[in-house]
Amino acid sequence: MDAVLDNLDVFAEGFTRTVTLTLLAAVGALLLGTLIAAMRVSPVPPLRWAGTAYVQLVRNTPLTVVFFLVVFGLPEVDVILSFFQFAVLALSLYTAAFVAEAVRSGILSVPSGQAEASRAVGMTFGQTLRLVVLPQAFANIVPPLASVFIALLKNTSIAGAFFIFEGTQSMARLINANGDQAIAILAAAALAYLGLSLISSALFGLLERRVTVSR
Amino acid sequence: MSTPVLYDVQGPRAKRRVLVASLVGLAALVLLVLLAVQRLADNGQFESRLYEPFLDQPDLYDRLRAGLMNTLTAAAYALVLASLLGIVLAFGRLSSRWFLRLPAVAVVEFFRGVPLLLLILGIFLSFPLALSIDLSALQALVLGLTLYNGAVIAEIVRAGVLAIPKGQSEAALAMGMSRGQLLRLVLLPQAVRIMLPSLISQLVVLLKDTSLGFVIGFEELLRTGGQVVQVLNNPLQMYVLIALVYISINGTLSLLATWVEGRQRRTVTTSATLAPTEAGAVL
Repeated sequence: MDAVLDNLDVFAEGFTRTVTLTLLAAVGALLLGTLIAAMRVSPVPPLRWAGTAYVQLVRNTPLTVVFFLVVFGLPEVDVILSFFQFAVLALSLYTAAFVAEAVRSGILSVPSGQAEASRAVGMTFGQTLRLVVLPQAFANIVPPLASVFIALLKNTSIAGAFFIFEGTQSMARLINANGDQAIAILAAAALAYLGLSLISSALFGLLERRVTVSR
Repeated sequence: MSTPVLYDVQGPRAKRRVLVASLVGLAALVLLVLLAVQRLADNGQFESRLYEPFLDQPDLYDRLRAGLMNTLTAAAYALVLASLLGIVLAFGRLSSRWFLRLPAVAVVEFFRGVPLLLLILGIFLSFPLALSIDLSALQALVLGLTLYNGAVIAEIVRAGVLAIPKGQSEAALAMGMSRGQLLRLVLLPQAVRIMLPSLISQLVVLLKDTSLGFVIGFEELLRTGGQVVQVLNNPLQMYVLIALVYISINGTLSLLATWVEGRQRRTVTTSATLAPTEAGAVL
Protein backbone atom coordinates (compact mmCIF):
# COMPACT_ATOMS: atom_id res chain seq x y z
CA MET A 1 0.00 0.00 0.00
CA ASP A 2 2.88 2.40 0.86
CA ALA A 3 4.18 2.36 -2.68
CA VAL A 4 0.78 3.58 -3.88
CA LEU A 5 0.35 6.29 -1.26
CA ASP A 6 3.93 7.56 -1.55
CA ASN A 7 3.70 7.83 -5.31
CA LEU A 8 0.31 9.44 -5.73
CA ASP A 9 2.02 12.27 -7.65
CA VAL A 10 3.32 9.76 -10.25
CA PHE A 11 -0.20 8.37 -10.65
CA ALA A 12 -1.61 11.90 -10.80
CA GLU A 13 0.79 12.87 -13.58
CA GLY A 14 0.00 9.71 -15.55
CA PHE A 15 -3.76 9.84 -15.21
CA THR A 16 -3.93 13.58 -15.91
CA ARG A 17 -2.33 12.77 -19.25
CA THR A 18 -4.82 9.89 -19.73
CA VAL A 19 -7.70 12.34 -19.23
CA THR A 20 -6.15 14.96 -21.53
CA LEU A 21 -5.56 12.36 -24.25
CA THR A 22 -9.13 11.10 -23.89
CA LEU A 23 -10.71 14.55 -24.07
CA LEU A 24 -8.63 15.76 -27.04
CA ALA A 25 -9.10 12.51 -28.97
CA ALA A 26 -12.84 12.53 -28.14
CA VAL A 27 -13.22 15.99 -29.70
CA GLY A 28 -11.23 14.92 -32.76
CA ALA A 29 -13.14 11.66 -33.14
CA LEU A 30 -16.49 13.41 -32.72
CA LEU A 31 -15.69 15.95 -35.46
CA LEU A 32 -14.22 13.42 -37.91
CA GLY A 33 -16.79 10.73 -37.06
CA THR A 34 -19.74 13.08 -37.60
CA LEU A 35 -18.24 14.17 -40.93
CA ILE A 36 -17.86 10.54 -42.02
CA ALA A 37 -21.39 9.70 -40.87
CA ALA A 38 -22.69 12.69 -42.87
CA MET A 39 -20.78 11.39 -45.91
CA ARG A 40 -22.29 7.94 -45.43
CA VAL A 41 -25.92 9.16 -45.33
CA SER A 42 -25.43 11.77 -48.08
CA PRO A 43 -27.00 11.33 -51.54
CA VAL A 44 -23.54 11.73 -53.15
CA PRO A 45 -22.20 8.27 -54.10
CA PRO A 46 -18.41 8.96 -54.07
CA LEU A 47 -18.60 10.45 -50.57
CA ARG A 48 -20.72 7.50 -49.43
CA TRP A 49 -18.15 5.04 -50.78
CA ALA A 50 -15.25 6.90 -49.20
CA GLY A 51 -17.03 6.95 -45.83
CA THR A 52 -17.88 3.25 -45.98
CA ALA A 53 -14.34 2.33 -47.02
CA TYR A 54 -12.86 4.35 -44.15
CA VAL A 55 -15.10 2.73 -41.54
CA GLN A 56 -14.54 -0.81 -42.84
CA LEU A 57 -10.76 -0.45 -43.10
CA VAL A 58 -10.23 1.22 -39.72
CA ARG A 59 -12.63 -1.02 -37.80
CA ASN A 60 -10.74 -4.13 -38.87
CA THR A 61 -7.28 -2.74 -38.07
CA PRO A 62 -5.82 -3.03 -34.56
CA LEU A 63 -5.28 0.34 -32.87
CA THR A 64 -1.61 -0.53 -32.40
CA VAL A 65 -1.22 -0.85 -36.17
CA VAL A 66 -3.01 2.51 -36.62
CA PHE A 67 -0.45 4.00 -34.21
CA PHE A 68 2.45 2.56 -36.23
CA LEU A 69 0.98 3.80 -39.51
CA VAL A 70 0.48 7.31 -38.06
CA VAL A 71 3.91 7.49 -36.42
CA PHE A 72 5.81 6.12 -39.45
CA GLY A 73 3.45 7.18 -42.25
CA LEU A 74 2.58 10.81 -41.56
CA PRO A 75 6.19 12.10 -41.50
CA GLU A 76 6.50 10.70 -45.03
CA VAL A 77 3.69 13.01 -46.20
CA ASP A 78 5.43 15.90 -44.42
CA VAL A 79 3.15 15.91 -41.38
CA ILE A 80 5.67 16.07 -38.55
CA LEU A 81 4.21 16.31 -35.05
CA SER A 82 5.20 15.51 -31.49
CA PHE A 83 4.50 12.03 -30.11
CA PHE A 84 1.64 13.44 -28.05
CA GLN A 85 0.04 14.97 -31.14
CA PHE A 86 0.56 11.72 -33.04
CA ALA A 87 -1.13 9.81 -30.19
CA VAL A 88 -4.13 12.16 -30.17
CA LEU A 89 -4.35 11.85 -33.95
CA ALA A 90 -4.10 8.03 -33.99
CA LEU A 91 -6.75 7.72 -31.26
CA SER A 92 -9.01 10.22 -33.09
CA LEU A 93 -8.63 8.49 -36.46
CA TYR A 94 -9.40 5.08 -34.91
CA THR A 95 -12.31 6.19 -32.71
CA ALA A 96 -13.85 8.25 -35.53
CA ALA A 97 -14.83 5.03 -37.34
CA PHE A 98 -16.83 3.89 -34.30
CA VAL A 99 -18.34 7.34 -33.74
CA ALA A 100 -19.41 7.38 -37.39
CA GLU A 101 -21.18 4.04 -36.95
CA ALA A 102 -23.00 5.25 -33.82
CA VAL A 103 -24.10 8.49 -35.49
CA ARG A 104 -25.14 6.79 -38.72
CA SER A 105 -27.21 4.09 -37.06
CA GLY A 106 -28.79 6.78 -34.87
CA ILE A 107 -29.86 8.74 -37.94
CA LEU A 108 -31.09 5.62 -39.74
CA SER A 109 -33.08 4.56 -36.65
CA VAL A 110 -35.37 7.58 -37.02
CA PRO A 111 -38.49 6.24 -38.80
CA SER A 112 -38.50 7.42 -42.41
CA GLY A 113 -42.09 8.64 -41.93
CA GLN A 114 -40.72 11.45 -39.75
CA ALA A 115 -38.63 12.93 -42.56
CA GLU A 116 -41.39 12.29 -45.09
CA ALA A 117 -43.92 14.07 -42.92
CA SER A 118 -41.67 17.09 -42.43
CA ARG A 119 -41.09 17.31 -46.17
CA ALA A 120 -44.84 16.96 -46.72
CA VAL A 121 -45.52 20.02 -44.54
CA GLY A 122 -43.00 21.94 -46.64
CA MET A 123 -39.87 21.96 -44.52
CA THR A 124 -36.57 22.43 -46.31
CA PHE A 125 -33.78 19.84 -46.07
CA GLY A 126 -32.04 21.91 -43.41
CA GLN A 127 -35.20 22.28 -41.34
CA THR A 128 -35.97 18.57 -41.66
CA LEU A 129 -32.52 17.74 -40.39
CA ARG A 130 -32.34 20.38 -37.65
CA LEU A 131 -35.86 20.26 -36.25
CA VAL A 132 -37.05 16.70 -36.84
CA VAL A 133 -34.40 14.09 -37.59
CA LEU A 134 -31.35 15.11 -35.54
CA PRO A 135 -33.16 15.74 -32.21
CA GLN A 136 -34.63 12.23 -32.40
CA ALA A 137 -31.42 10.71 -33.70
CA PHE A 138 -29.44 12.25 -30.85
CA ALA A 139 -31.37 10.26 -28.24
CA ASN A 140 -30.35 7.08 -30.07
CA ILE A 141 -26.76 8.23 -30.56
CA VAL A 142 -25.83 9.09 -26.96
CA PRO A 143 -25.86 5.59 -25.39
CA PRO A 144 -23.64 3.92 -28.04
CA LEU A 145 -21.46 7.04 -28.09
CA ALA A 146 -20.95 6.65 -24.34
CA SER A 147 -19.53 3.14 -24.82
CA VAL A 148 -17.35 4.37 -27.69
CA PHE A 149 -15.82 7.08 -25.51
CA ILE A 150 -15.32 4.76 -22.54
CA ALA A 151 -13.52 2.39 -24.93
CA LEU A 152 -11.45 5.40 -26.01
CA LEU A 153 -10.53 6.11 -22.37
CA LYS A 154 -9.22 2.55 -22.07
CA ASN A 155 -7.52 2.69 -25.48
CA THR A 156 -5.41 5.69 -24.45
CA SER A 157 -3.30 3.12 -22.56
CA ILE A 158 -1.86 2.05 -25.92
CA ALA A 159 -0.31 5.53 -26.29
CA GLY A 160 1.95 4.44 -23.43
CA ALA A 161 3.75 2.11 -25.83
CA PHE A 162 4.51 5.14 -28.01
CA PHE A 163 6.49 7.23 -25.53
CA ILE A 164 3.54 8.92 -23.79
CA PHE A 165 3.67 8.77 -19.99
CA GLU A 166 0.03 8.08 -19.16
CA GLY A 167 -1.82 6.05 -16.52
CA THR A 168 -0.72 2.57 -17.56
CA GLN A 169 2.90 3.68 -17.93
CA SER A 170 2.83 5.24 -14.46
CA MET A 171 1.72 1.83 -13.16
CA ALA A 172 4.51 0.05 -15.08
CA ARG A 173 7.14 2.47 -13.71
CA LEU A 174 5.95 2.02 -10.12
CA ILE A 175 5.81 -1.78 -10.42
CA ASN A 176 9.35 -1.86 -11.76
CA ALA A 177 10.50 0.28 -8.82
CA ASN A 178 8.48 -1.51 -6.10
CA GLY A 179 8.19 -5.11 -7.24
CA ASP A 180 7.10 -6.44 -3.84
CA GLN A 181 3.94 -4.29 -3.87
CA ALA A 182 3.10 -4.93 -7.52
CA ILE A 183 -0.40 -6.24 -6.86
CA ALA A 184 -1.41 -3.16 -4.83
CA ILE A 185 -0.07 -0.88 -7.58
CA LEU A 186 -1.90 -2.85 -10.27
CA ALA A 187 -5.12 -2.67 -8.25
CA ALA A 188 -4.74 1.08 -7.68
CA ALA A 189 -4.25 1.75 -11.40
CA ALA A 190 -7.23 -0.45 -12.25
CA LEU A 191 -9.38 1.41 -9.72
CA ALA A 192 -8.31 4.74 -11.23
CA TYR A 193 -9.52 3.61 -14.66
CA LEU A 194 -12.75 2.22 -13.18
CA GLY A 195 -13.34 5.52 -11.40
CA LEU A 196 -12.75 7.49 -14.60
CA SER A 197 -15.12 5.29 -16.60
CA LEU A 198 -17.76 5.52 -13.84
CA ILE A 199 -17.50 9.32 -13.97
CA SER A 200 -17.86 9.30 -17.75
CA SER A 201 -20.87 7.00 -17.71
CA ALA A 202 -22.49 9.20 -15.05
CA LEU A 203 -21.93 12.28 -17.24
CA PHE A 204 -23.30 10.49 -20.29
CA GLY A 205 -26.27 9.35 -18.19
CA LEU A 206 -27.04 12.99 -17.43
CA LEU A 207 -26.67 13.90 -21.10
CA GLU A 208 -28.90 11.01 -22.10
CA ARG A 209 -31.69 12.19 -19.82
CA ARG A 210 -31.45 15.69 -21.31
CA VAL A 211 -31.59 14.65 -24.96
CA THR A 212 -34.22 11.93 -24.72
CA VAL A 213 -37.43 13.07 -26.39
CA SER A 214 -40.61 11.42 -25.24
CA ARG A 215 -42.43 9.96 -28.20
CA MET B 1 -28.59 0.69 -50.16
CA SER B 2 -31.28 1.11 -47.51
CA THR B 3 -34.17 3.44 -48.19
CA PRO B 4 -33.00 7.02 -47.80
CA VAL B 5 -34.43 8.55 -44.64
CA LEU B 6 -33.32 12.07 -45.21
CA TYR B 7 -34.22 12.79 -48.80
CA ASP B 8 -36.95 12.01 -51.31
CA VAL B 9 -36.65 10.18 -54.59
CA GLN B 10 -34.69 12.65 -56.70
CA GLY B 11 -36.19 14.68 -59.52
CA PRO B 12 -34.21 16.03 -62.48
CA ARG B 13 -32.92 19.10 -60.63
CA ALA B 14 -31.80 17.18 -57.55
CA LYS B 15 -30.15 14.60 -59.81
CA ARG B 16 -28.18 17.35 -61.51
CA ARG B 17 -27.11 18.75 -58.15
CA VAL B 18 -26.04 15.30 -56.92
CA LEU B 19 -24.02 14.82 -60.12
CA VAL B 20 -22.22 18.12 -59.57
CA ALA B 21 -21.59 17.27 -55.90
CA SER B 22 -20.34 13.80 -56.94
CA LEU B 23 -17.86 15.27 -59.37
CA VAL B 24 -16.66 17.86 -56.87
CA GLY B 25 -16.42 15.24 -54.10
CA LEU B 26 -14.58 12.80 -56.35
CA ALA B 27 -12.21 15.54 -57.50
CA ALA B 28 -11.49 16.51 -53.87
CA LEU B 29 -10.78 12.88 -52.90
CA VAL B 30 -8.57 12.30 -55.95
CA LEU B 31 -6.72 15.54 -55.22
CA LEU B 32 -6.12 14.47 -51.63
CA VAL B 33 -4.76 11.09 -52.77
CA LEU B 34 -2.57 12.74 -55.44
CA LEU B 35 -1.16 15.17 -52.88
CA ALA B 36 -0.29 12.27 -50.56
CA VAL B 37 1.27 10.30 -53.43
CA GLN B 38 3.26 13.35 -54.53
CA ARG B 39 4.66 13.86 -51.05
CA LEU B 40 5.40 10.15 -50.62
CA ALA B 41 7.29 10.25 -53.92
CA ASP B 42 9.20 13.36 -52.84
CA ASN B 43 10.25 11.53 -49.69
CA GLY B 44 11.46 8.58 -51.71
CA GLN B 45 8.80 6.17 -50.50
CA PHE B 46 8.39 4.65 -53.96
CA GLU B 47 12.05 3.69 -54.38
CA SER B 48 12.37 0.10 -55.47
CA ARG B 49 14.73 -0.86 -52.60
CA LEU B 50 11.74 -0.51 -50.22
CA TYR B 51 9.67 -3.01 -52.19
CA GLU B 52 12.25 -5.47 -53.53
CA PRO B 53 12.54 -7.47 -50.25
CA PHE B 54 8.86 -8.40 -50.60
CA LEU B 55 9.66 -9.98 -53.98
CA ASP B 56 13.13 -11.47 -53.68
CA GLN B 57 13.33 -12.50 -50.00
CA PRO B 58 11.03 -15.47 -49.44
CA ASP B 59 12.37 -16.01 -45.89
CA LEU B 60 10.69 -12.70 -45.01
CA TYR B 61 7.35 -14.38 -45.49
CA ASP B 62 8.48 -17.35 -43.38
CA ARG B 63 9.11 -14.99 -40.48
CA LEU B 64 5.83 -13.15 -40.96
CA ARG B 65 4.00 -16.46 -41.21
CA ALA B 66 5.56 -17.57 -37.91
CA GLY B 67 4.39 -14.27 -36.38
CA LEU B 68 0.91 -14.75 -37.76
CA MET B 69 0.81 -18.28 -36.36
CA ASN B 70 1.72 -16.90 -32.92
CA THR B 71 -1.06 -14.32 -33.25
CA LEU B 72 -3.56 -17.04 -34.18
CA THR B 73 -2.32 -19.36 -31.42
CA ALA B 74 -2.80 -16.69 -28.76
CA ALA B 75 -6.23 -15.84 -30.18
CA ALA B 76 -7.27 -19.52 -30.24
CA TYR B 77 -6.21 -20.19 -26.63
CA ALA B 78 -7.85 -16.97 -25.47
CA LEU B 79 -11.06 -17.69 -27.38
CA VAL B 80 -11.53 -21.14 -25.85
CA LEU B 81 -10.64 -20.05 -22.30
CA ALA B 82 -12.65 -16.83 -22.51
CA SER B 83 -15.72 -18.72 -23.76
CA LEU B 84 -15.53 -21.11 -20.81
CA LEU B 85 -15.00 -18.25 -18.35
CA GLY B 86 -17.79 -16.29 -20.03
CA ILE B 87 -20.31 -19.13 -19.69
CA VAL B 88 -19.41 -19.65 -16.02
CA LEU B 89 -19.68 -15.92 -15.27
CA ALA B 90 -22.94 -15.55 -17.20
CA PHE B 91 -24.59 -18.41 -15.32
CA GLY B 92 -23.22 -17.02 -12.08
CA ARG B 93 -24.80 -13.69 -12.88
CA LEU B 94 -28.10 -15.33 -13.87
CA SER B 95 -28.15 -17.45 -10.73
CA SER B 96 -30.87 -16.91 -8.16
CA ARG B 97 -28.34 -17.23 -5.32
CA TRP B 98 -26.72 -13.97 -4.27
CA PHE B 99 -23.41 -15.53 -3.27
CA LEU B 100 -22.96 -16.66 -6.89
CA ARG B 101 -24.50 -13.59 -8.48
CA LEU B 102 -22.60 -10.82 -6.67
CA PRO B 103 -19.05 -12.13 -7.28
CA ALA B 104 -19.91 -12.76 -10.93
CA VAL B 105 -21.22 -9.18 -11.31
CA ALA B 106 -18.09 -7.78 -9.63
CA VAL B 107 -15.71 -9.82 -11.79
CA VAL B 108 -17.52 -8.95 -15.03
CA GLU B 109 -17.73 -5.22 -14.28
CA PHE B 110 -14.12 -5.06 -13.10
CA PHE B 111 -12.53 -6.71 -16.11
CA ARG B 112 -14.79 -4.92 -18.59
CA GLY B 113 -13.88 -1.54 -17.12
CA VAL B 114 -10.10 -1.91 -17.07
CA PRO B 115 -7.91 -1.34 -20.15
CA LEU B 116 -6.74 -4.62 -21.62
CA LEU B 117 -3.19 -3.33 -21.93
CA LEU B 118 -3.15 -2.52 -18.20
CA LEU B 119 -4.21 -6.11 -17.48
CA ILE B 120 -1.64 -7.66 -19.79
CA LEU B 121 1.22 -5.41 -18.68
CA GLY B 122 0.19 -5.61 -15.03
CA ILE B 123 0.04 -9.42 -15.10
CA PHE B 124 3.31 -9.69 -17.00
CA LEU B 125 5.17 -7.36 -14.61
CA SER B 126 3.60 -8.17 -11.26
CA PHE B 127 3.17 -11.96 -11.29
CA PRO B 128 6.92 -12.74 -11.31
CA LEU B 129 7.78 -9.89 -8.92
CA ALA B 130 5.01 -10.14 -6.34
CA LEU B 131 3.78 -13.73 -6.57
CA SER B 132 6.99 -15.41 -7.83
CA ILE B 133 5.01 -16.94 -10.68
CA ASP B 134 7.03 -16.87 -13.87
CA LEU B 135 4.87 -16.26 -16.89
CA SER B 136 5.91 -16.39 -20.52
CA ALA B 137 4.76 -13.49 -22.69
CA LEU B 138 2.25 -15.82 -24.36
CA GLN B 139 0.80 -16.87 -21.00
CA ALA B 140 0.47 -13.27 -19.79
CA LEU B 141 -1.16 -12.23 -23.08
CA VAL B 142 -3.59 -15.17 -23.07
CA LEU B 143 -4.45 -14.61 -19.41
CA GLY B 144 -5.17 -10.90 -20.00
CA LEU B 145 -7.19 -11.62 -23.13
CA THR B 146 -9.11 -14.38 -21.33
CA LEU B 147 -10.08 -12.21 -18.37
CA TYR B 148 -11.21 -9.27 -20.51
CA ASN B 149 -12.98 -11.25 -23.23
CA GLY B 150 -14.44 -13.66 -20.66
CA ALA B 151 -16.19 -10.68 -19.04
CA VAL B 152 -17.44 -9.43 -22.41
CA ILE B 153 -18.57 -12.91 -23.52
CA ALA B 154 -20.36 -13.32 -20.18
CA GLU B 155 -22.48 -10.31 -21.07
CA ILE B 156 -23.12 -11.69 -24.57
CA VAL B 157 -24.19 -15.06 -23.13
CA ARG B 158 -26.38 -13.39 -20.53
CA ALA B 159 -28.08 -11.27 -23.20
CA GLY B 160 -28.53 -14.42 -25.31
CA VAL B 161 -30.14 -16.33 -22.44
CA LEU B 162 -32.38 -13.38 -21.52
CA ALA B 163 -33.52 -13.11 -25.15
CA ILE B 164 -35.04 -16.59 -25.04
CA PRO B 165 -38.83 -16.45 -24.55
CA LYS B 166 -39.86 -16.96 -20.93
CA GLY B 167 -42.14 -19.82 -21.91
CA GLN B 168 -39.10 -22.00 -22.58
CA SER B 169 -37.88 -21.94 -18.99
CA GLU B 170 -41.43 -22.14 -17.63
CA ALA B 171 -42.09 -25.24 -19.73
CA ALA B 172 -38.81 -26.84 -18.66
CA LEU B 173 -39.47 -26.14 -14.98
CA ALA B 174 -43.05 -27.38 -15.33
CA MET B 175 -41.69 -30.68 -16.68
CA GLY B 176 -39.65 -31.02 -13.50
CA MET B 177 -36.20 -30.11 -14.80
CA SER B 178 -33.72 -28.78 -12.26
CA ARG B 179 -32.25 -25.31 -12.77
CA GLY B 180 -28.99 -26.89 -13.92
CA GLN B 181 -30.80 -29.02 -16.50
CA LEU B 182 -32.77 -25.98 -17.61
CA LEU B 183 -29.58 -24.01 -18.30
CA ARG B 184 -27.70 -26.89 -19.87
CA LEU B 185 -30.41 -28.52 -21.98
CA VAL B 186 -32.84 -25.72 -22.80
CA LEU B 187 -31.31 -22.25 -22.45
CA LEU B 188 -27.67 -22.65 -23.51
CA PRO B 189 -28.32 -24.44 -26.83
CA GLN B 190 -30.81 -21.78 -27.86
CA ALA B 191 -28.66 -18.92 -26.55
CA VAL B 192 -25.70 -20.09 -28.65
CA ARG B 193 -27.76 -19.59 -31.79
CA ILE B 194 -28.84 -16.10 -30.76
CA MET B 195 -25.40 -14.94 -29.70
CA LEU B 196 -23.34 -16.42 -32.54
CA PRO B 197 -23.11 -13.15 -34.55
CA SER B 198 -22.01 -11.13 -31.48
CA LEU B 199 -19.56 -13.88 -30.59
CA ILE B 200 -17.94 -13.73 -34.03
CA SER B 201 -17.73 -9.92 -33.79
CA GLN B 202 -16.04 -10.32 -30.42
CA LEU B 203 -13.56 -12.70 -32.06
CA VAL B 204 -12.58 -9.83 -34.36
CA VAL B 205 -11.92 -7.65 -31.29
CA LEU B 206 -9.92 -10.45 -29.69
CA LEU B 207 -7.82 -10.96 -32.79
CA LYS B 208 -7.09 -7.24 -32.99
CA ASP B 209 -6.15 -7.19 -29.31
CA THR B 210 -3.54 -9.94 -29.69
CA SER B 211 -1.41 -7.19 -31.24
CA LEU B 212 -1.00 -5.79 -27.70
CA GLY B 213 1.40 -8.71 -27.22
CA PHE B 214 4.06 -6.58 -28.89
CA VAL B 215 4.22 -4.41 -25.75
CA ILE B 216 5.39 -7.34 -23.60
CA GLY B 217 7.71 -8.77 -26.26
CA PHE B 218 5.48 -11.56 -27.56
CA GLU B 219 6.53 -12.26 -31.15
CA GLU B 220 3.20 -11.99 -32.86
CA LEU B 221 2.62 -10.59 -36.33
CA LEU B 222 3.12 -6.92 -35.44
CA ARG B 223 6.30 -7.40 -33.43
CA THR B 224 7.76 -9.74 -36.05
CA GLY B 225 7.04 -7.06 -38.63
CA GLY B 226 8.79 -4.52 -36.41
CA GLN B 227 11.87 -6.74 -36.16
CA VAL B 228 12.00 -7.19 -39.92
CA VAL B 229 11.68 -3.42 -40.34
CA GLN B 230 14.84 -2.90 -38.28
CA VAL B 231 16.79 -4.76 -40.95
CA LEU B 232 14.98 -3.66 -44.11
CA ASN B 233 14.20 -0.11 -42.98
CA ASN B 234 10.87 0.09 -44.77
CA PRO B 235 8.42 0.70 -41.88
CA LEU B 236 5.59 2.25 -43.90
CA GLN B 237 5.46 -0.56 -46.47
CA MET B 238 5.70 -3.25 -43.80
CA TYR B 239 3.01 -1.81 -41.55
CA VAL B 240 0.68 -1.30 -44.51
CA LEU B 241 1.20 -5.00 -45.38
CA ILE B 242 0.47 -6.00 -41.77
CA ALA B 243 -2.64 -3.80 -41.71
CA LEU B 244 -3.82 -5.53 -44.89
CA VAL B 245 -3.34 -8.96 -43.28
CA TYR B 246 -5.44 -7.92 -40.27
CA ILE B 247 -8.06 -6.27 -42.49
CA SER B 248 -8.46 -9.35 -44.69
CA ILE B 249 -8.80 -11.76 -41.74
CA ASN B 250 -11.09 -9.51 -39.73
CA GLY B 251 -13.05 -8.41 -42.77
CA THR B 252 -13.78 -12.06 -43.57
CA LEU B 253 -14.88 -12.69 -39.97
CA SER B 254 -17.12 -9.58 -40.03
CA LEU B 255 -18.72 -10.78 -43.28
CA LEU B 256 -19.23 -14.20 -41.66
CA ALA B 257 -20.97 -12.56 -38.69
CA THR B 258 -23.30 -10.63 -40.99
CA TRP B 259 -24.01 -13.79 -43.00
CA VAL B 260 -24.81 -15.85 -39.88
CA GLU B 261 -27.06 -13.07 -38.64
CA GLY B 262 -28.97 -12.94 -41.93
CA ARG B 263 -29.23 -16.74 -42.09
CA GLN B 264 -30.60 -16.95 -38.58
CA ARG B 265 -33.23 -14.34 -39.24
CA ARG B 266 -34.36 -16.53 -42.10
CA THR B 267 -34.36 -19.82 -40.19
CA VAL B 268 -36.40 -18.38 -37.35
CA THR B 269 -39.24 -17.52 -39.71
CA THR B 270 -39.20 -20.95 -41.35
CA SER B 271 -39.07 -22.91 -38.10
CA ALA B 272 -42.84 -22.59 -37.71
CA THR B 273 -43.38 -24.44 -41.00
CA LEU B 274 -40.77 -27.07 -40.11
CA ALA B 275 -42.35 -27.96 -36.79
CA PRO B 276 -45.32 -30.06 -38.08
CA THR B 277 -43.13 -32.36 -40.22
CA GLU B 278 -40.79 -32.94 -37.30
CA ALA B 279 -43.72 -33.76 -35.01
CA GLY B 280 -45.06 -36.12 -37.68
CA ALA B 281 -41.73 -37.90 -37.88
CA VAL B 282 -41.74 -38.45 -34.13
CA LEU B 283 -45.25 -39.78 -34.17
